[in-house]
Amino acid sequence: MARVVVNVPAQAKRGEVIEIRTLAGHPMETGFRRTQLGELIPRDIIRSLVCTYNGAEIFRADLHPAMAANPLITFTTVATESGTLEFRWTGDNGYSATQTAAIKVV
Amino acid sequence: MITRRAFLFLGLFVGSARAQLPPNIGELRKKALDEAIRKVVGNAQVRTGKVKLELPPLIDNGNTVPLSVSVESPMTAADHVRAIHVFTEKNPQPYVVSAYLGPRAGRARISTRARIADTGVVTAIAQMSDGSFWSDSVKVIVTLSACLEEGLI
Amino acid sequence: MLAGLPAAAAGEIPLAERRSGYEFMSRETRAMQDDAVTGPAVLWLLDGEALWGKLGCVSCHGDAKNSMKGVAARYPALVDGKLVNLEQQVRHKAPALAYESRELLALTAHVARQSRGIPIQINEKTKPFIDAGRAFFHRRQGQLNLACAQCHDDNWGKKLAGNTIPQAHPTGYPIYRLEWQTVGSLARRFRNCLTGIRAELYAPGSPEFLELELYLMWRARGMKLESPAVRP
Repeated sequence: MARVVVNVPAQAKRGEVIEIRTLAGHPMETGFRRTQLGELIPRDIIRSLVCTYNGAEIFRADLHPAMAANPLITFTTVATESGTLEFRWTGDNGYSATQTAAIKVV
Repeated sequence: MITRRAFLFLGLFVGSARAQLPPNIGELRKKALDEAIRKVVGNAQVRTGKVKLELPPLIDNGNTVPLSVSVESPMTAADHVRAIHVFTEKNPQPYVVSAYLGPRAGRARISTRARIADTGVVTAIAQMSDGSFWSDSVKVIVTLSACLEEGLI
Repeated sequence: MLAGLPAAAAGEIPLAERRSGYEFMSRETRAMQDDAVTGPAVLWLLDGEALWGKLGCVSCHGDAKNSMKGVAARYPALVDGKLVNLEQQVRHKAPALAYESRELLALTAHVARQSRGIPIQINEKTKPFIDAGRAFFHRRQGQLNLACAQCHDDNWGKKLAGNTIPQAHPTGYPIYRLEWQTVGSLARRFRNCLTGIRAELYAPGSPEFLELELYLMWRARGMKLESPAVRP
């Protein structure tokens, strides 16, 4: 089942600032909601997104319960060289998802 | 010999008055917000400017609110944005997201979707490479949709 | 396009004044619907595309982009004399898929997506069911003793507790409802409406809901499908 989506331009000019869009499928249960019987529903969220570009970290985000379900995070980076961008999401209850995207820099 | 009626009447005053009153939620949340900002900023002064926080002033549904933060910065090794932090004042806890950038970002701009529980102020604080802090705040009105799954309207 | 359609009856919204729920949302919520890459419903579309292959739909129907074009705009429809909606038709070879399950919603979203931009066209042979649906729409129900028509025909555009009342055209189902924070069906939305007026909740696939869905699709005839939409 598709759990994450990343959108990275397939090609960019050296030095160009590119936009990277990421989407992860996750309910982001806040830990503040209660069931009809009053029981607290435990927190279950994605806590972090890390992006590396040919191994070097270029972006990191700490997510909190106030992030909407199915979190979208969009950021930018400078296209320095051809290679691979790797994305890793980690969260509560051992949640982990990864995705890679190739980029050609001309 | 104390009558039952007198005993019960006295009981109203014997119990701690503070325990009977509901907590001042607004005040607790304001304290939590101030502490969260202090954890990020320390004793440094936070100036308004350079940061632009964009989110709809009138929100259809507080569960999913598109928001963006941009910061004016050349994003060079010498002068760049280190981090962007977003806070709310009316949510059960004040943090929304903290994004860590750096000169490789090229531009200091992030977009996401947040949960805003109630009408109030949303604040974005940018931490610069020279140790300074800049911020922007937006006041938003949150509406509830009609016809939900349980309770409410 | 409107010239060939039968005119609206008294009390119904005049055909030319019909507006999709899209037009009642804020600019930012509309942008979420229009985001084809990272819109919230995209995850379901990707799952649906995968299931189309995995569950074997592709073996009879081939590429959904071709075979499913226009299909969602014609449901609910009569199949062997029985009124059937899109979810039920999608389940026809996979009856184990439960209503409101992630799999069924994803498949339905994938099928419905192929009709985006296509005008709704309901077969008038279903007239007895359309009439039953219309009767439900006009019937006062629940503790608040309200009929759907009172809000959605007579008072659309006005406010209900801070929200603008839309006209209730099912042009975008299944939808990502921000309130649910997930994709859901029209039946789920009906249950929310009925909860709102404290009326009896019918089950997905019930005759009441099928007839109501048919009537609403007929009421929205000629309007373009937007599935999967985003709604507050």
